[in-house]
Amino acid sequence: MSRSTSTSTATMTPLAAGRQKSRTTLRLVLAVIALGLLLAAPFFVYPIFLMKVLCFALFACAFNVLLGYTGLLSFGHATFFGGAAYFTAHAVKEWGFPPELGILVGVAGAALLGLVMGLLAIRRQGIYFAMITLALSQMFFFFCLQAEFTKGEDGIQSVPRGHLLGVIDLSQPLAMYYLVAFTFLLGLFLIWRFVHSPFGMVLKSIRENEARATSLGYSVARYKLGAFVFSAALAGLAGGLKALVFQFATLTDVSWQMSGEVILMTLLGGIGTMLGPVFGAGLVVTLGNYLATTGFPVTIITGVVFMVCVLLFRRGIIGEFNASRFGRKL
Amino acid sequence: MTMIFGVPVQALLGQLLIGLINGSFYALLSLGLAIIFGLLRMINFAHGAQYMLGAFAAYLLLHFAGIGYWPALILAPLIVGVLGAVTERLFLRRLYDLDPLYGLLFTFGLALTLEGSFRYLYGASGQPYATPAALAGGTNLGFMFLPIYRGWVVVVSLIVCLATWFLIEKTKLGAYLRAATENATLVQAFGVNVPVLLTFTYGLGVALAAFAGVLAAPIYQVSPLMGSNIIIVVFAVVVVGGMGSIMGAIVTGYMLGIAEGLTKVFYPEASNIVIFVIMAIVLLIRPAGLFGREA
Repeated sequence: MSRSTSTSTATMTPLAAGRQKSRTTLRLVLAVIALGLLLAAPFFVYPIFLMKVLCFALFACAFNVLLGYTGLLSFGHATFFGGAAYFTAHAVKEWGFPPELGILVGVAGAALLGLVMGLLAIRRQGIYFAMITLALSQMFFFFCLQAEFTKGEDGIQSVPRGHLLGVIDLSQPLAMYYLVAFTFLLGLFLIWRFVHSPFGMVLKSIRENEARATSLGYSVARYKLGAFVFSAALAGLAGGLKALVFQFATLTDVSWQMSGEVILMTLLGGIGTMLGPVFGAGLVVTLGNYLATTGFPVTIITGVVFMVCVLLFRRGIIGEFNASRFGRKL
Repeated sequence: MTMIFGVPVQALLGQLLIGLINGSFYALLSLGLAIIFGLLRMINFAHGAQYMLGAFAAYLLLHFAGIGYWPALILAPLIVGVLGAVTERLFLRRLYDLDPLYGLLFTFGLALTLEGSFRYLYGASGQPYATPAALAGGTNLGFMFLPIYRGWVVVVSLIVCLATWFLIEKTKLGAYLRAATENATLVQAFGVNVPVLLTFTYGLGVALAAFAGVLAAPIYQVSPLMGSNIIIVVFAVVVVGGMGSIMGAIVTGYMLGIAEGLTKVFYPEASNIVIFVIMAIVLLIRPAGLFGREA
């Protein structure tokens, strides 16, 4: 699925070493271009839209840690995304927390929810895992529908963005944008470190052959739970940010449709690729925004894209690109 | 007024009846899911949408062809079942060699498409479907008032569940099905046409969902969203029961329906989530499910 790049240049033939070097340079150049685009984007595109894309991109990347790198399909990730949105909104609005602490509350809450859901869900595998996470997240949805602090159908509205670290006024769109962009990059970096750590390697081995990982002496359940909590916490980071960006938290973000949407983003972009979910999120959010103006129901398109992806396009956009002639050079 | 546990008997029995009716739908749907999973090793996420299709088929038959409830009870499952078989032939067949999660994702997409289409055509609000004249009204049982249609639903769904159980456990066709579940390659080597068996099984499971949909039409309204509301609960039912046994799916369906009904009497706030709570407890105590074998 993912290509190994850890081969050290020292043991290679000069030709291969040169190719490796030019590959690294090419990657560096592309990374710098991407970073430049990220920084310049709000001057050309509506910032709120960009922030929405980045929040969902982070959410999808967090989800991909489970599906792509551990082989677990969670159908309940909306719980962490939407749950954190509620927690952050509540902390900022009702407790008067500054934004950075508010987001932390969201992340901690999501991690806790992830711990509980993970403990239950990892007791079964495969398809059952998906059904259990879906059922538990539906339970959380009903909880949010009835609980006091979520304000039921109305949701928590007019959440103040506040001042970051007491200094930077986040009600300025640009300030908010750069906070979101920074958090997005931080999240991406954390995921990259996590996936390429020894812990992440064990996760991959579980994905490839769970029985063998067990027989090698790894406590599979503990690794799965660790991945689940990590993924939930990062999904919470995305959710908390989104609550600040849009200044509200509603039931939409904890619904099963949202769990489905993040699966679609990941599937479309490429399961198990680092950047696939980012592209997938960009496409799905753009499509949603476009269709919202036409009045044509999004679910029909979403459903069709799902079916087409599964039948013809299982590697996703980035997956196909990586497998293509040009992609293999990267 | 007679009281049991501080609750009026009428209220208790009333909710018990509602629980039994919900349980009938849970049983029919989880039975279909279990049959499909048994042979195809795939979770049919579109099951809720196909239940909705059954209800809509009955509604459309009535409005465009003047075909009433009784023929629709046979025709609607037949039509939807054939549609299901076609879906299996055209699409699902290509997914058998892949990770079963792809089947789940494909049928999830199918469910979204079906639901979105009907929502686009008929709006989110429900369409009424009249109770057939022969089953209208109610009867006084002395201790409670029983709407005849609801009694009919409980009885007929129990009969269909048992008939399906009989078909799978006691007939020759069922023996082929069970054998193919154990070892499809070997059964094929003995000259049984396994691909046709797979198509038939999916069609049968889908037809059961559509049948439940027709039964539900006069009770709930015929609404595009009726499927997605019920399917997640049915998933929890399936996790509790374990999909290893046909009878297990039926029994768990009724049991959880009744548990839900009772919760409405004693602690209404939790009635939405009681099935999920039971699922969590079962996972802690007996992860394989009440009737399941450890996978």
